[in-house]
Amino acid sequence: MEQFTISIYTENMIGLLHRVTTIFTRRHINIESITASESEVSGIHRYTVVITEEEVNVKNVVKQIEKQIEIFKAFYHRNEDIVYQEMALYKMPTNILSQTREVEQIVRKHHARLLAVEPEFTIIEKTGFKEETQDLFEQLKPHGILEFVRSGRISISKRMKEFQDYYSEVEKASRL
Amino acid sequence: MEPTQLTKTQVKKTTITGAEALVRALIAEKVDTIFGYPGGAIMPVYDALYYYEKELKHIMTRHEQGATHAAQGYARISGKVGVCLATSGPGATNLITGLADAQLDSTAIVCITGQVSSKMIGTDAFQETDIVSISMPVTKWNIQITKAKDIPAAIAKAFYIAKSGKPGPVLIDITKDAQFETFEFTYEPCHHIRSYVPNPQIDSKAIELAARVIDSAKKPLIVFGHGILLADARKEFQAFVEKTGIPAAWTIMGLSALNTDHPLNIGMLGMHGNYAPNIMTNECDVLIAVGMRFDDRVTGDVSRYAKQAKIIHLEIDPAEINKNVTVDVAVLGNCKESLDQLTKAITPKEYPDWLHRAKELITTENEMVIKDELFPPENDKITMGEVIRRISDISKGAAIIVTDVGQHQMIAQRYYNFRQWKSNVTSGGLGTMGFALPAAIGAKFGAPHRQVIAVIGDGGFQMTIQELGTLFQTRVDVKILILNNEFLGMVRQWQDLFFEKRYSSVDMVNPDFQIIAKGYGITAEKVTEREDLESAIHRFLSHDGSFLLEVLVGKENNIFPMIPTGASVSEIRLE
Repeated sequence: MEQFTISIYTENMIGLLHRVTTIFTRRHINIESITASESEVSGIHRYTVVITEEEVNVKNVVKQIEKQIEIFKAFYHRNEDIVYQEMALYKMPTNILSQTREVEQIVRKHHARLLAVEPEFTIIEKTGFKEETQDLFEQLKPHGILEFVRSGRISISKRMKEFQDYYSEVEKASRL
Repeated sequence: MEPTQLTKTQVKKTTITGAEALVRALIAEKVDTIFGYPGGAIMPVYDALYYYEKELKHIMTRHEQGATHAAQGYARISGKVGVCLATSGPGATNLITGLADAQLDSTAIVCITGQVSSKMIGTDAFQETDIVSISMPVTKWNIQITKAKDIPAAIAKAFYIAKSGKPGPVLIDITKDAQFETFEFTYEPCHHIRSYVPNPQIDSKAIELAARVIDSAKKPLIVFGHGILLADARKEFQAFVEKTGIPAAWTIMGLSALNTDHPLNIGMLGMHGNYAPNIMTNECDVLIAVGMRFDDRVTGDVSRYAKQAKIIHLEIDPAEINKNVTVDVAVLGNCKESLDQLTKAITPKEYPDWLHRAKELITTENEMVIKDELFPPENDKITMGEVIRRISDISKGAAIIVTDVGQHQMIAQRYYNFRQWKSNVTSGGLGTMGFALPAAIGAKFGAPHRQVIAVIGDGGFQMTIQELGTLFQTRVDVKILILNNEFLGMVRQWQDLFFEKRYSSVDMVNPDFQIIAKGYGITAEKVTEREDLESAIHRFLSHDGSFLLEVLVGKENNIFPMIPTGASVSEIRLE
């Protein structure tokens, strides 16, 4: 078993995400994280799904995903073949920051930044690998975290123009 | 007002309701027969149908599941798209079994469901159910429509998706307000979807490679499936088989793509298939799979399936390549084209020793299994096999055989001599009991001039027995053969072989099927003795109109050969 990141290029359509997730559910594959938003091509959306599976199963899942009518293409990658990040937000009581220097030092050490400072609370933002955002979480925890949230992974392949080469073929076919 | 007058005026109008647009879109797709059941949320569509009854014949089944199977039977025999209509809520959920069946057996059907008004969606309204989510895993594509103007494009897309590439079921859910709403109607058929590649281009290198592998073979075997029927590749496949001289075996979905008595047809693959093709699967050096998907009922233990052979796979769906069995040469594309190219690229050869091996194995099965099934000792109860073989002989192998699921299904496929292209309709992938009766009705509408025989067990018959009402009302001619062993025979066989004869919930206490049939105005007879069988079959087949023939067969007869679950194809048991 190995961690894989699957990038899926889709039409923007109600219910399509559900159609994709049932492909994982049916095979008893846990989705560790998922993000969805518009891609570099206007109107085409990109889902990024992280799973841990055997490669042979990942290959089959990717084909099943591509088989769905409104899916253009799906790619799967090992972690070494992509650059990826997650973002975490931490909500802390503002008085903790003003009373001690410790939290400020933690924030500096982790290259995190302050996103918002309100009289009652402060939002800290950290982008990085899951281990890094988790590490910051552990360090801030003793000082009283009010709320914490982490995004799903977003990733970019190290290959040049992975989807665009494919999409130009699609566009050509559409013009025929 | 006279309905016919309204039709004339409405046809000219282009500002019409969503409901009428749906009906006109169906007519534009050359649909002339639909199967369905009315209800609250689909009433505007039924109202529109009222004015188009000449162009669009609606067959009211007795249950929505029956409508889906009828649409499947219609689609499988006619090659056209089967269409179903149902209301929201329970009407829609009753479609699920048929959708799942059509999904696994690649059958082009379009189901249209009514939905509560868009304003009511999500309020747990009366007969509201989220059919789009529910049907997602069992449809090739589905969509909900809340605006009348979106109906024509959705219908066009639905028909294109259902029938192109690997065919499959599509569901369109239309809210009631969209059915009532009026708009300016125009219709454009769909020929292209930018994210969808139904017919992968055939790679000439793959053809060359496949041809080279076939040319080098000493003991090649062809295994073929539904893909040939779906691609309408009768001539291409027969030419391929005859030029190569390679023995060919079928999956139950591929049955009737090559005549049963073709000299190179060596029989049925899989769990209850013939002895020769199963043994030869693990002896061949090249396995050529055409339009089949290596279902577990065909492969047995997949880790011991044709390991010695180079495998060539002609397949339209990329997701099927290397899914169950890893192949050496994949030829993606429509097999009508790939078979034609491959036939041109190969050098004809003869395989006398290999065909001799087939004959040897066929003789073994004849001696150990078939002889007893077709010619049982005089004092034994009637066997299913002898009934089917007599029907086969008397109908000259030309009927459409629609089977349900279980022992009778295996027997019908093993012992009917199919001599006509596209004549077998069965529930292969899903194994849906209750499939045959409604599917046979649909098949008859799909091929009104052919004889349609539904072969059903006493268990499955009672799962959709209410469709006798559809038969009664439509007066179509469907022959119903009930092979009654007063058991759920296949489950009982498994309990016999693998659960030390603990017969748990398989004993059927049946009603008098003749009285039931007569209640529906259907002529019926029951045969319990062998001496009455022959004349009853003649009356059954020559009767003008539907006829139910019930034959009491041996209670505890088992179907052999058999590959037990988890065993390899070469471990096929003859007894």
